Amino acid sequence: MSRFAWLEPRPEGLFVRPGGFFLDPLRAVARAVISHGHGDHARPGHGEAIATPETCAILEARYGREAFGRLRPLPLETPIELGEVSLWFAPAGHVLGSAQIVLEHRGTRVVWSGDYKRRADPTCAPFRLVPCDLWITEATFGLPVFRHPPAEGEIAELLRAREANPERAIVVGAYGLGKAQRLIALLRRAGYDRPIFLHGALLPLCALYERLGVRLEPLLPATTTERGRIRRELAGEIVLAPPSALADRWIRRLPDPLLAFASGWMRIKQRAKRRGVELPLVISDHADWDELLATCGEVGAEEIWITHGREEALIHVLSRRGIRARPLALSGYEEETD
Amino acid sequence: MQAFAELLERLLHAPQRTAKLALLCDYLRRTPDPDRGWALAALLGTLELPHAKPALVRALSAERSDPVLFAWSYDYVGDLAETAALLWPEPASDARAAPPRLSEAIAALAAAPKSRLPALLADLLDRLDATGRWALLKLLTGGLRVGVSVGLVREALARLGGVDPVRVEEHWHAQAPPYEALFAWLEGRAPEPAGRDALAFRPFMLAHPLDEADLPAIADTLADWAVEWKWDGIRVQLVAGPSGARLYSRSGEEIGASFPELLETARGLDPGTVLDGELVVMRGEEIGGFDELQQRLNRKRPSARILARCPVGLVLYDLLFESGEDLRPLPFAARRRRLESLLARCPSPRLRLSPLLSAHSLEELGRLRRAPPHPAIEGLVLKHKASPYRAGRVKGSWWKWKRDPFSADLVLLYAQRGHGKRSSFYSDYTFGAWREGPSGPELVPVAKAYSGYTDEELVRLDRWIRAHTIARFGPVRAVEPVLVFEIGFEGIRRSSRHKSGIALRFPRVLRIRWDKPAAEAERLAVLEALLETRARAAAA
Repeated sequence: MSRFAWLEPRPEGLFVRPGGFFLDPLRAVARAVISHGHGDHARPGHGEAIATPETCAILEARYGREAFGRLRPLPLETPIELGEVSLWFAPAGHVLGSAQIVLEHRGTRVVWSGDYKRRADPTCAPFRLVPCDLWITEATFGLPVFRHPPAEGEIAELLRAREANPERAIVVGAYGLGKAQRLIALLRRAGYDRPIFLHGALLPLCALYERLGVRLEPLLPATTTERGRIRRELAGEIVLAPPSALADRWIRRLPDPLLAFASGWMRIKQRAKRRGVELPLVISDHADWDELLATCGEVGAEEIWITHGREEALIHVLSRRGIRARPLALSGYEEETD
Repeated sequence: MQAFAELLERLLHAPQRTAKLALLCDYLRRTPDPDRGWALAALLGTLELPHAKPALVRALSAERSDPVLFAWSYDYVGDLAETAALLWPEPASDARAAPPRLSEAIAALAAAPKSRLPALLADLLDRLDATGRWALLKLLTGGLRVGVSVGLVREALARLGGVDPVRVEEHWHAQAPPYEALFAWLEGRAPEPAGRDALAFRPFMLAHPLDEADLPAIADTLADWAVEWKWDGIRVQLVAGPSGARLYSRSGEEIGASFPELLETARGLDPGTVLDGELVVMRGEEIGGFDELQQRLNRKRPSARILARCPVGLVLYDLLFESGEDLRPLPFAARRRRLESLLARCPSPRLRLSPLLSAHSLEELGRLRRAPPHPAIEGLVLKHKASPYRAGRVKGSWWKWKRDPFSADLVLLYAQRGHGKRSSFYSDYTFGAWREGPSGPELVPVAKAYSGYTDEELVRLDRWIRAHTIARFGPVRAVEPVLVFEIGFEGIRRSSRHKSGIALRFPRVLRIRWDKPAAEAERLAVLEALLETRARAAAA
């Protein structure tokens, strides 16, 4: 019998039997522990949802308070007992509020990575390495072609493109929770202090980040006023929009838009080309191949389960290093939205 | 190399021609010789690196990375150069030697013996970042595919020098990479290059499309015009030199290897002869249609079988040089006489004179245009008998008057978003015709069209498509099959790749028939009948 048989994959997600709760369940359940606010990890409808205070605020903003029976905020690194399991959150460095879920049961420690990255991110707490017996990891970028360059260089590219195209609106497609705010914060760090213009869908979460203490201002809505004025005002400005808006009618209101897109997938030129992206920015909130591999080694786990992404390459390399790794078949988690 | 890599990457992602042109001009201005010349050669695929082959890249990658990981990565990325560039182990940034210049990399790769190549390439890759490695490996594996044509390069050079693109074309083909004399001339540091290769390409004279408004002026001077058929093949220039022959396409590309029978034919001509004509499939007296010719296109080394099945020849329009004498300043009528006597002196089954037609009135001219005797004819060309042979599309000297396109009323089935400026518009359409299906009449796709509508119509169509979508498949929307378009096309051929069994040539939107009920759209059987008629005409 495996040391980890108390973890049961079920159709709803991974069930922690001695604690009576699911991790990032894909369907509504009685009690859920949620690693971060992205839609594929945080679904509405749970009787009770336990998450970091920031994630609770994000869940409330996205789904409304009535979407959950009870939202229970649990600060980082504050253990609680649930049944026979001790549970605590360690920062995952993915987006604001993101956490690894640490489970301790009868002397065994299991860590559920959620989504994570090891790079610095001005909008959230940095990843903390928690040694464990079982490491359950994501593998979104689980191929050696994915090596994210330093984000600062990509931001410099973005600013160069803006300088070179004063007549055009520089429209950056970015996921609405996390990526958009990180881009803004990185631009601010690079000394860019002009207003950044936002697609309407990005406004509420940016406002929430501000309330939670992440400095992003000055921000302005991109398209609320009358059309002719917008066209002039946005020439030479940086506009952020959710990826879907890049191919939407919305974009026609902007002056000669230059399409940029911030995602780890932009590492593959043909993929950027297919999307019609003129300026690919390789900026990701996920661990790249090197970080995935390094983390799998550093946690010192005797066994590794891989939840979503491209697990086969990771398993191939880990098994050559003598680490037992296997896929954990839970369907429903997505690739980084692009 | 870094500047070149950056250029390549930007060209790849630049959506419009104007943006690509600006990138090229900027690069040519900022980059010193000889790098910029080598860059142009690389972009146009004229670099000769005989031993640098994809197999070399594969072998080297296999040495430096896990073959299983390489296979999975290649599978995901889908491009050998890009996969290898991304997987190449990154040296520590402080340990990295200075990146090579483009000219240095090319010179080293061209000079190295085959056995030295792997080590040399590995050293170059170690000195480059991921984008630099990608660019270098793209060079080696051939086909940069960043959307740069000869025409675009010519225009960029013309802009650099502030000269007419036609003059650039004259010299461009006479020079070899890295084109230093050309740049010196364009930048005003040296006189116009003089020495010309006997085998060089000469820019084509092109016909201007005839507008109805031009007809009265022509009617008044009909006797001054020579009238010829406009053949539907590919316009080429055959050059016979003292040491061989060349065949050039309209853009000045050397395409002789694809048509060895014509290079052979050129041996029977005096050195210093330059002919202008239409390349068509030619079997004795019979001329084949464009669909047959298509089997010969884009084949670098045609097999003996295809050479026997679809032999080609030239329908000759003009004589530019005879035994080294430049005839281009002479009037058309004089050049034509020289062409006729040349053919009488050196007859060849692969060379045929384009017949001169006689028309004494506009009505006769119109009749010829409407009912050409052969499916490989797409209209008339009118040439002023006094016109010298001048490069480019000279208005008033040569006119082309194409026959009316075929047209059919077809039903819109699918729409897809366009690219660049059109990326938020459903601008690419698939149309269907009716046929009898197992359970009643059904629509089967027969054509795709992306052009022919106005900007206003596009906006209205886009709105209509969004409101009438019945299914979505990724970027494609299926719409209610109710909107009819009048689609114009140049020809029709059988195609086993299409569900309908036919393919239309150059389809485009003539009109949107907002008024017409879909039930009244064309039936597939009618289009098939058109195919039959064309086949019979060709056989006759």
